This record gives sequence, structure tokens and C-alpha cells, in this order.
Amino acid sequence: MPNFTINGIAATVPDGTTILSAAHTIGIEIPHYCYHPKLSIAGNCRMCLVEVEKFPKLQIACNTVVTEGMVVRSDTEKVRKAVTGVLELMLIHHPVDCPICDQAGECGLQNYYMKFGLHKSRYDLEDKVHKKKVQDIGGQIVLDAERCILCSRCVRFLQEITKTGEMDFFQRADHSEISIFPGRKLDNDYTGNLADICPVGALTSKDFRFKCRVWFLSGVESICPGCSNGCNIVADFKGDILYRLKPRRNDDVNQTWMCDLGRLEYRKANESRLLVPVLREGGKPVAASWDEVLMTSAMRFREAAEKHGPGSVAVIASPQSSNEELFLAKKLASEILKTETIGFTSRTPGDGLSDDFLIKADKTPNSRGAQLLGFAEEGFGRAVKAISDGKIRALLIFGTALSDLSDAEVESLLSKVPFVAHVGTGDGAVSRAAHAVLPSASFAERGGTFTNFAGRVQRFRRGFAPRGKARNDIEIIVGLANRLGAGWKFDGEESVFKALSEASAPFSGMSYESLGSGGQAVAEGR
Amino acid sequence: MTIGVKKVARPEKMSFGESLYLLEIMKGLAVTMGHFLHNIAHNKDIPTIEYPEVRRTMPARFRGCHRLMKRPDGSPRCVACYMCATACPAKCITIVAGESPDPAVEKYPVRFDIDMLRCVFCGQCVEACPCDAIRMDTGWHTPPEDTREKLIYMIDKLLEK
Repeated sequence: MPNFTINGIAATVPDGTTILSAAHTIGIEIPHYCYHPKLSIAGNCRMCLVEVEKFPKLQIACNTVVTEGMVVRSDTEKVRKAVTGVLELMLIHHPVDCPICDQAGECGLQNYYMKFGLHKSRYDLEDKVHKKKVQDIGGQIVLDAERCILCSRCVRFLQEITKTGEMDFFQRADHSEISIFPGRKLDNDYTGNLADICPVGALTSKDFRFKCRVWFLSGVESICPGCSNGCNIVADFKGDILYRLKPRRNDDVNQTWMCDLGRLEYRKANESRLLVPVLREGGKPVAASWDEVLMTSAMRFREAAEKHGPGSVAVIASPQSSNEELFLAKKLASEILKTETIGFTSRTPGDGLSDDFLIKADKTPNSRGAQLLGFAEEGFGRAVKAISDGKIRALLIFGTALSDLSDAEVESLLSKVPFVAHVGTGDGAVSRAAHAVLPSASFAERGGTFTNFAGRVQRFRRGFAPRGKARNDIEIIVGLANRLGAGWKFDGEESVFKALSEASAPFSGMSYESLGSGGQAVAEGR
Repeated sequence: MTIGVKKVARPEKMSFGESLYLLEIMKGLAVTMGHFLHNIAHNKDIPTIEYPEVRRTMPARFRGCHRLMKRPDGSPRCVACYMCATACPAKCITIVAGESPDPAVEKYPVRFDIDMLRCVFCGQCVEACPCDAIRMDTGWHTPPEDTREKLIYMIDKLLEK
């Protein structure tokens, strides 16, 4: 545990800590491009130069280990001059095409130029070396070789994290550039990360390309709803449109990465959404008010239970719902509707791609939560059997899709039930067959917690108000329960989570405060 | 009583002569005629002008109607960088960017609308533009239109001038 001082501040850090990360822990930011906390150290950008006492020359902070009694300064004129020189060197051949560059606004070159540069170019425009722009190199990435500062983060990512090694340096000196090997495009499921780790605009996202300027976006801490891994993300939105999902660091879950499939999950929150409550009496869909839809649904459920017994009512929960919503759905099913026919399924349409890193075969974010809160996969089979036997008179379905059933199968199955109420975000076979459609908020429009495959409970937060007339699922379930005489008083997801942690053993002792931004694992063995 | 309110005493009942309003109408017409005759006699003093035959001289630095500049080949010079939309205090510029088929251009505006009804003619968009693609014309103002839709200038209109 060496003691050292940086800019006059004394600190003790663990053995083997580099100056850069030691400075970071005490709140001193040292500029850098090539250093990345989850990649090996290359030390080739030379931006992190600092002055170390008794060293004749400036040292790179990213690769100099702190030793006992070291005295470091990152704020001297000598350091500033060196950093400015390094930056000027990097900008010599940079095309400065910020107006058409998607990185503008979150660009390392822009930020450090404003901080350390502010110089006029000493290089003639005609002398700049031009390289190939707008290259589709596969995956989700567009390469602009001209903008690259040769920090090698992408090369190291592909060698160390995906271990596929599709990119490398080519040519020499002024002409050096990064590229893929001829005819061999990026071929892995994590290419989107290259756009994130690229400190400049050399590697940008094909999907986000030209969609929106980044300074118009606001971000909210969220959890990727694409699979049960529960990668921590930031959901970037403008108004009520989600534009992109970016990974957020959580060393226990996804480090700083996320997969390409997850990155496209934002589309579901934008496309084919259910926006108005609909009642379908006698086959014709009619837009209705929330009160009408909730009242009609409550009436039909009560009617079915009174005439045919509680066994004629079924609830199919969705692993897309948060723990809070599942808790209330369970409470509604067992306390108010008093039915045993409940279940959920983690099966979804698609091939269920998985690997040994971040992508899980279970494409739902909260099937573990559903299991812990009293829903079972076997229950889904029982419910489907009861439905096809014609025993179910009223059915409450959560979620946009129903297992991996085709549209025709869903239609023929649901046609056997006299009343289907559907709580979901997206239009599909289920909502088209439902007699009451209760549009619910997407993951960016509501708050709550998901439990990932390993039992880690993580919070996702609300970015903006639900689109159209869609409502938070909690409001919908509480509205339905209260019209069935429950008299519940829940005010937002936090109050539900409090009740949940008191009622459900795996979640006991948890609160939104204790979850923080990194989440917390459920109690072992339960 | 609230400050600034004056109670005017009105007669309980008007006489027959008063209720005809004849005298008051005559008084009113006299004022109108007085102005009319005065204007005929001294028509140099009339504040109104006979627009559009007669126009006021605009200040040399007046900047009014927007235009988008073109490249030599006729395509818009604008690269849809959103600087003008970002600088605009009235938020009257709507841009949708697209991928240009020409790789040397890369990015171009698919849509570029200026809502002239919202514009405050501050010139920040011109100031912000890194490509000198948007300018504001001197010497004339936004021509009036009879519908609101016509005052939302689309890219074609902005380019044709």
C-alpha cells in the first residue's frame, strides 16, 4: 500500500495501482484516449503524460505504477505544454468534419481541444493525408479511417474481449490506419461496443447514424430488457422517442459492454405500440376511456368468478414485467380473483441465441423474478390446457407476445375464452384477439426492478411519461383490483417494492436505497 | 373601489332627442370629415404608405427571409449538422438528416423546415452555420401569406431563391 502525492494531495492506494487510476479514485481526471479500464494498457496515445519527481522525462500515467513516496504533478506548465503538443499532433491529419460526424458532442478530440488545445492549425489543408471515409465494416459499425487517432482500443477489444481479432493497423507513419482484413467483415455479437469505446468519430454506430445529435438526448439509467442477463444500460431519449441504448458500467454484470441484440431493443419501445385503451365487444374494436375498460374488465372477471367459480379465471403473467408488477399481479390473482390458474412463460419467438459472455438464451429480463414471486413455468402449461379445454371464462394476459406461439395459434387459443383482457405495450396477435386492451408503458416509460438470471435485483428508471394514453402497469393492476373491491393504496413503484420486500422472503431487507445503481443479489438458497 | 376605475354618471332616463343619437352621430361624422379634409389639404403628413407601390427604405443591416445556399452542382450546401436548430432560440428549424449517395457529401438534409411564424429573425442560425449554408436576405421581409401552412418554408422553397 504505497503512499504518494498527486498535485499536493496525499493518498494511499493498493499495490500495483497506476497513476491514472489512482488519480481517478481521488477525483483528479488525467486526459487519455488509449487507456480503457477493461482493456489491456497500450500506452500509445501519450495524452496522460504527468510529471513525476526525480524522473527526467514526463511519464505516462496509465502505465506507471504508483510507488512509495512518489510525487506526481499533472497540473504544471510542462505537462500542459506536452499534452497540447500531443493533441496537436493527433489533429494534424484529422479532417475536422465535426458537422457531419455523429461523435460530435461526445468526442474526445472536441473535449480535449477545448481544454488543452484552442490552437490554430499549423498544417496546410492541402497537406492533410486523406483516408477512406464511410466504410461499412460489418456489424453495427461504420469506419471513417480519417478521423482515427490510432489509439488501438478497437483492436484490443476485438483481441481481448471478443477474441475474434477482425481489425488491425495497416500502412506506416502518416498513412497508418485501422481497418479490417480484406473481405473479412466484423463477425461477432458485440460490435456496437466499438462505437462506444472509440474516443473519436472513427467508429460510429450504423443504427444511430444521423438519427439525432447527441446533445439533444437525455439519458436515464436502465436495464436492458433484451435477455435475462440484465446488462446495465443508459437509455438515451429525446421527447418520447428512444434513440439508443448504451452500456453502463457494472463489474458484477456486464463490465462496460453490451451485445448488439440488446442495442436494438429500443425499437420495441418506439414501434407498433398500443396507445389507446380498446374494448372489443361483438368483434369490433372501439376506443374507450380507461375507466370504461377497467370497469368492464372488472365486471367480466367478477361475473366469471361468480357464475363459474374462481377456477374459470386465469392470469398469465409476463417476464417482461418488473418485480413490482409481478408482485401485484400475483396478489391480484391469489387475493382478489382467488384463482390457482396462474403462470408465466419465458419462451419467446426466435432462436434463443446465447453465448458464454453476456447473451442468455432466455430472452426475457425478469423470468427469475417471476419465479421468485410465485409464478411458475408449469403454470403456463396448465393455463393453456384449461383454456383449450374451454374451462376459462375470463383471462388476464400480460406481455405483448404469448410464448412462442404463432399468430394463428394465439388466435385459435384465445377464441376459446369469452373475455380476454390484455395488458401490453405492443400490438400483436394477443392484442388483436383481446376483448379489452389495456396499453401499458414501455421499459423507458416506467420504473421498477428486474431480477436477472443470477438473482441480481436491479433498478430501471423512468425516462419520460408513457406515450399516448398508455399507463404504468402498476396503475393498471391497482385500478383493476380496486374496481374488484381490493382497496389497495400504492403510490408508485417504490411503495410496491416496499410491500414486496416485506412479503417476499428472497427480497427481504431490500429497498431502492440499498439497490443503488448497481443492484443487489437476492438472498441465497431461496 | 379598485384603483384606476372611474364611475361614469349616466342619466337615469334619456330624453327623446338624446335617444335618437342624431346629434352624436353628426358630432362623430364631423371628426371624421375634419380628418378627411385635413388629409386632403396636407397629404404629405399621412403616416400610412401605399404598399406595395410605395415601400419604406429598409435599414442596410436588415436581415429577413432565409435562404439555403447551393453547391455548384445545385445540391444543398447544408450538411444537416443541426447547429442552426441548436442555436435557434425560437426552435423553429426542423431538420431530418439522411445519408447522401455521394460519399464526399456523406450527410445531407432530407427535410429542412423553417416555421417563419415562429422565427424571431435573430440571425443566430446564420451565425451558427459552419458551412455558410443558411443566409438571411437583406432588403425584403417575409412575404405575407393567407394560410399558416404556406409560412412553413420547406427545403425546396428555401433552396429555390
